[in-house]
Amino acid sequence: MDARNFTFMFYGFLAAWLIVLLYVISLARRGARLKKELEQVKQLAGAGRSGEQARIEDRIR
Amino acid sequence: MREKLVIGLAVAAGLLLAYNLYHIFLVLPDEALQGAIYRIIFFHVPAAITGMTGYFVALLLSVAYLSFGNLRYDSLAASVVEVSVVFSMVNIVTGSIWARIIWGIWWTWDYRLTSALVCVLIFSGYLMLRRAIDEPTQRARLSAALCVFGCIDVVIVWKSIEWFRTQHPGPVLSIRTGGGHIDPAMERLLYLNFVAILMIAVALVLIRTRQEATAREIDSLRRMANAV
Repeated sequence: MDARNFTFMFYGFLAAWLIVLLYVISLARRGARLKKELEQVKQLAGAGRSGEQARIEDRIR
Repeated sequence: MREKLVIGLAVAAGLLLAYNLYHIFLVLPDEALQGAIYRIIFFHVPAAITGMTGYFVALLLSVAYLSFGNLRYDSLAASVVEVSVVFSMVNIVTGSIWARIIWGIWWTWDYRLTSALVCVLIFSGYLMLRRAIDEPTQRARLSAALCVFGCIDVVIVWKSIEWFRTQHPGPVLSIRTGGGHIDPAMERLLYLNFVAILMIAVALVLIRTRQEATAREIDSLRRMANAV
């Protein structure tokens, strides 16, 4: 292979994969954050629902 | 099912990329004037086509949302736009590195380069707009309108090298010129690398769409918790 401009070709390939890699990392971090948030909201919704259930049971009594 | 599809696409893309890289570096002949740097074209052009294909798909999904009002079309369009912006950025950065050697400059305000940059800016604006609006239907309607508007620029990007003959090289792919502008072996590898990059893009869209669905679930659970 012709070695002229090889360094800049390497930079081009590196830049292309670096951009994709940074995006994949940001996707993974966002995924982890959303998973954590979903768990928290599920717990919150569960607690809210059990509180409402207790109020209804009190009223029935 | 979705995870299996993502893994399958990633493995297929990896294998095809390995085949392509072997041919790009070890089988293809050198370009007489440019030296090794011409090989950037094998990522520059497929990334551009992947980005533009994504914007076109997002246009169809946005029109579908505006017609039927289903929020799934909206979240799919947002996922496709986000991944397309990433590949458009790959296109611009690799083009700039190639230009530094071949033109002696990193950047020029040529019609193709400028319209491609405007395209990235419009669709980055689309993504920022989505973060700024909380109400889902208003966000979806405005995003879809901006996507339709943004796709006008995609047509300008595509046709600019035919309409205006400035710094950027003219069309070389035989689907546009009828042939004779590029070595068939090089053109074949361009298409093969497009397929590999498209598979990576589809895998990323699938992951992003799953995240959009999770965000919708969180939204609805929050509303439910507030109502209680």
